[in-house]
Amino acid sequence: MRYSLLASLVLVLAVTSPALAVNPDEMLKDPAQEARARELGKDLRCLVCQNQSIDDSDADLAKDLRIIVRERISAGDTDQQVKTFVVDRYGDYVLLKPPFKASTLVLWLGPFALFGGAVALFARFYRRRKAGAGLPAPAPLSPEEQRRLDSLLKESRQ
Amino acid sequence: MRSGLYMLPVLVFGVLALFFLKGLGLNPREIPSVLIDRPVPEMTLAPLPGRGDSRGLDTADLKGRVSVVNIYGSWCIACVQEHPYLVEIKKSGTVPIMGIDWRDDPVMGYAWLKKHGDPYERVGVDPPPGRTAVDFGVTGAPESFIVDKAGIIRYKHIGPITPDIWTRTLLPIIRELEKK
Amino acid sequence: MIAEIGHFALVLALCVALVQAIVPLVGARRGVDSWMAVSGPASTMQFLFIAIAFGALMNAYVTSDFSVMNVAQNSHTEKPMLYKVAGVWGNHEGSLLLWVTILSLFGFAVTLFGRNLPPGLRSRALAVQAMISVGFLLFILLTSNPFARIEPPPIDGSGLNPILQDPGLAFHPPFLYLGYVGFSMAYSFAIAALLEGRVDPAWARWVRPWTLAAWIFLTCGIVLGSWWAYYTLGWGGWWYWDPVENASFMPWLAGTALLHSAVVVEKRDALKSWTILLAIVAFGFSLLGTFLVRSGVLTSVHAFATDPKRGVFVLGLLVLAVGGSFSLYAVRAPAMKMGGLFAPISREGSLLFNNVLMATGAATVLLGTLYPLFADALNLGKVSVGPPFFNAVFLPLMAPMVVVMAVAPMMAWKRGDLAGVLGRLKVVAALALAAAALVWFLQGGSAGPWWTAGGFALAVWLGLGTLVDLGGRIGLLRDPGRALGRALRLPRSSWGMVSAHFGLAVFIVGLTASSAWTIEKIQTQAIGETVQVGDYAVTLKAVETVPGPNYTAARATFDIARDGQSVALMQPEKRQYRMPPRPTTTAAIRSGIAGDLYVVIGDEDIKGGFVTRLYYKPCVLWLWAGGALLVLGGLISLADRRHRIGAPARARVAGVGAKA
Repeated sequence: MRYSLLASLVLVLAVTSPALAVNPDEMLKDPAQEARARELGKDLRCLVCQNQSIDDSDADLAKDLRIIVRERISAGDTDQQVKTFVVDRYGDYVLLKPPFKASTLVLWLGPFALFGGAVALFARFYRRRKAGAGLPAPAPLSPEEQRRLDSLLKESRQ
Repeated sequence: MRSGLYMLPVLVFGVLALFFLKGLGLNPREIPSVLIDRPVPEMTLAPLPGRGDSRGLDTADLKGRVSVVNIYGSWCIACVQEHPYLVEIKKSGTVPIMGIDWRDDPVMGYAWLKKHGDPYERVGVDPPPGRTAVDFGVTGAPESFIVDKAGIIRYKHIGPITPDIWTRTLLPIIRELEKK
Repeated sequence: MIAEIGHFALVLALCVALVQAIVPLVGARRGVDSWMAVSGPASTMQFLFIAIAFGALMNAYVTSDFSVMNVAQNSHTEKPMLYKVAGVWGNHEGSLLLWVTILSLFGFAVTLFGRNLPPGLRSRALAVQAMISVGFLLFILLTSNPFARIEPPPIDGSGLNPILQDPGLAFHPPFLYLGYVGFSMAYSFAIAALLEGRVDPAWARWVRPWTLAAWIFLTCGIVLGSWWAYYTLGWGGWWYWDPVENASFMPWLAGTALLHSAVVVEKRDALKSWTILLAIVAFGFSLLGTFLVRSGVLTSVHAFATDPKRGVFVLGLLVLAVGGSFSLYAVRAPAMKMGGLFAPISREGSLLFNNVLMATGAATVLLGTLYPLFADALNLGKVSVGPPFFNAVFLPLMAPMVVVMAVAPMMAWKRGDLAGVLGRLKVVAALALAAAALVWFLQGGSAGPWWTAGGFALAVWLGLGTLVDLGGRIGLLRDPGRALGRALRLPRSSWGMVSAHFGLAVFIVGLTASSAWTIEKIQTQAIGETVQVGDYAVTLKAVETVPGPNYTAARATFDIARDGQSVALMQPEKRQYRMPPRPTTTAAIRSGIAGDLYVVIGDEDIKGGFVTRLYYKPCVLWLWAGGALLVLGGLISLADRRHRIGAPARARVAGVGAKA
């Protein structure tokens, strides 16, 4: 649903011709390597487009990066080495899946912390309700009442 | 405690609003270069045909003095805007400017220099897929890098160089680096 | 002249809205009936004036009046009429005008259908609506006047981006706005309730139909947008977790949660302050989306003309509307009495649990969307948060929600019997596991992604679980003879729930299969050459040039054969538009229950071959079918007698007792 929402209508799309991203002439012969290149391309951000991966973009720079990614793969780089290669030149900004590190701790752990917090609130909510739903706690039994209760309980047991 | 919980939405929203206010003054499209304070990438670029150079641009050309590396292309519209000023800088002899003709037909790249003037000491050709430009972390043209005497990239300017940017930002950096 | 009338009408609408925002509120506070009664005629007048303004802009577009700058910048004489009309909201100024038009339409609808509302609640809600109107009318008049003239007028306009010239997209924004703005009703009622200091089941009754209507529109808008992206953008993607898409998804999540918690308020008089909060949050997310889209604080594929002045203005609106109402909430909500008691294992408990998951999901989307901004503002460097993040974090959060969704409708109110419910779902659980095993086996184990089995198990669990619940409600096994009669007498809201929940199960099938098993073939194909895509042999027959109304197309003809038999001809196009000059690709799609064949023609290469992109996308139709079932469920539920907006108030209140 890329160009869809309100803004989409609101303007000058940076996109010229859609769909013409990966071209046959760039593709690697080895299907396994090509598949790796496609997956890598989906994780790398096109820097001149607004918010597309290099795999989706028809921008010239995206095409260059696709070719360079494929060169690295042909040269025997692992996926991680290819990513490091690109990050060394363009920074973490190119990674659509931000790396797990100090500056992204809140991003990665935030949702789970939120969920934990929500569950804690949830538990508190029930405890509070069980404790009497806001009603004042009943007054403790007087010694006389306690004696009567005990005797009643004793009777019922016999 | 109980009412504290009810305060949570407005507190969270307050923090968000502060971020938004700050965000209005930031430019999300401006990406700082990671190459600052790193050596210029290794390169051996071919010369621009017609310019009469025996060789293009090498890493070694950027060592021993402060220099500016400018990325251009005959297809680049914004380059036309900064070019006359680059020619002026060349005339003033302040600092050597090295050109990289990026993603271009070198013949066109040369014709363009003939038409608009040639501010460069050396020019190297970086044909598609622009490996050297990618090594520089280039995202578009024009872009300019200030390189110090040791061949370390010290500053990157994205977009056309205007007289104002030159005198206020770039020139002081160059002067400072030349002192060292 | 007509444009000036439109401009003037907007100014009048602003004056009326100011009166409507103040007088009824003071009247309600002091108990002056005549002051409160101002809200009715005022909202009618406000709607009339804004409708005149909207009509004036529409007129300028339809007659191609290029002396109006907005028309000159966004329209063209050659453009087909549909897109001239759609062009009205295809730009910043016009879309804002549509926004306030819909806002005033909702206000008008309250006066029309809300006669049975308590006068205090109605006049307060309408006053709050008018406050929002004032904000947006000021925004239009001060920063984004659609009626500005241009001198001298150009001979022709600059046209509309061809990618946007599509019927799916023509109706996508109005639906989205109906959804966004529709949540303003729940918001206004929530604020009115906070001001009155009272929330009761009757309140939830009044709010639910409005929320449901807004939710239906928003769902429609999102599905239309995805569908449009799927068939126009040429690679079959339909959701990208782009900030602007997220901006529509967050209010949807909050709105969905609100619909469910409002049920608890209505039936059990519980979760009141939570429901009020959700009502504020749902509309708050809508406003947040407006801010994100129009301020440029985030990068999005939807490049928009951003203007810091506009950004500051919308931020101001956001702070007043959301900050203000959250403050009011902090003061008033603690005094709200807790209603009916319930155990964690109960209908209310499971609805609450899913509400918590949905809220966490919405917060996750918010965090991911805004994180680049946070990191930048705190100097942590520029980061990108793209689809891989959202898929890795959001989807796992939603899995437990789907598990509970099958169980929740079978739970009793107050205290449920989990063991009993699970006993009824034993067979469903076994079938879900069997489906997972079957899928795993069919995709060749780890040859496919690991999550496909999980996706199918969830879909089967939810789909069949929903049907088992329906069967139980109509006593299909207990007393099959009377099942049909009982089915007909089942409340429509129950049918709505069944349709929507089943729709989600269908959607999950589409989501899982299409993302895991798409076959993609990209190559250069010569005329006469055949490429095998899954079960289909796709042969490029011819490419010819054909003229269109405002473009020229290269149209390819493909022959599609299966088992040696020709089954179809497909004709994708590559179009070159004249104004603005831009190429687009139009895919040819052959849809089926099992999957879509998706064919795109690209550039010609030197040797006379053509770049072709051929896809087989399993179960894509299920995505749209699931979306349609969600919308259908909403519509059925809206038709429920108890929600009928015109139904007498007393009958409703009596209904509460009967139901509970």
